[in-house]
Amino acid sequence: MSLNAYLILSAILFFIGMIGVLRRKNLLMLFFSTEIMLNAVNVGLAAVSKFHEDLTGQMFAFFIIAIAASEVAIGLGLLILWYKKNGSINLDNLQNMKG
Amino acid sequence: MFEIVAFYLFAFLTVTMFSITVFTNNSLYALSSLAAGMIFISAFFFLLGAEFLGAVQIVVYTGAVMALYAFGMMFFDSLSTVKENIKNPRLVFLLTGIASLIVVLIFTAPIIATNIEAHYPINSEWGNSQQVGLVLFTKYLVPFEVAAVMLLVAMIGGIILAGKKMDVSYSELSEEQIDKLEEEKER
Repeated sequence: MSLNAYLILSAILFFIGMIGVLRRKNLLMLFFSTEIMLNAVNVGLAAVSKFHEDLTGQMFAFFIIAIAASEVAIGLGLLILWYKKNGSINLDNLQNMKG
Repeated sequence: MFEIVAFYLFAFLTVTMFSITVFTNNSLYALSSLAAGMIFISAFFFLLGAEFLGAVQIVVYTGAVMALYAFGMMFFDSLSTVKENIKNPRLVFLLTGIASLIVVLIFTAPIIATNIEAHYPINSEWGNSQQVGLVLFTKYLVPFEVAAVMLLVAMIGGIILAGKKMDVSYSELSEEQIDKLEEEKER
């Protein structure tokens, strides 16, 4: 397999994730789509790392995984807080925010 | 031959799974298919000779992150449908495609254009985990420590955010006490 095949796959997965971010109004789905996008980037980085015989790509993939893990912890905490306050996880409710 | 078959098989599987995640209306299906997709993604890491990354993918994503989502979903009734009205769905799809294409082009352009020299070349003598450890603990030690601190801060922040207004522990109360509390709340 060539580098292009992996990069095209990575682009397709990123595209799916981006559709999710733009289309879904359910905040939980928004988090899922973000995870998909981060994973797509990881595949691309690992492929570049292999085909250029350089470990830097894999290192960046590790740090992206670490960032994804902390994003989930904080994001889910905020989501639970928002649900306790409003009783729904609809993105449109966020438009009602007033300072 | 093996690599080609494996690549196309897992590519098909991941794309299907992630499509289900994005397009389904049921949060439970979305969670399960996302977990499956994460496992299939790890297959690509194994194919690419990044065994350690593949193992981390399975352990961290499908083990930790998915479990965290599953626990988080218990806090809100995730099966209630969320109204999703989009005024112009075709425009959204078109804009998504264009935007992601531009992003991919921007990030891949330098790779195609120039000859890249390896900073930390892959040494075929050692295994992947050994090399990753060597580079991580020599060249990337400071980012590694920063990531550790970030994870700690995120963990504490998550606990504080999710645990707010939980001054009463329901698990330590008897049934009568809980009923009394609920009545007081309604009043």
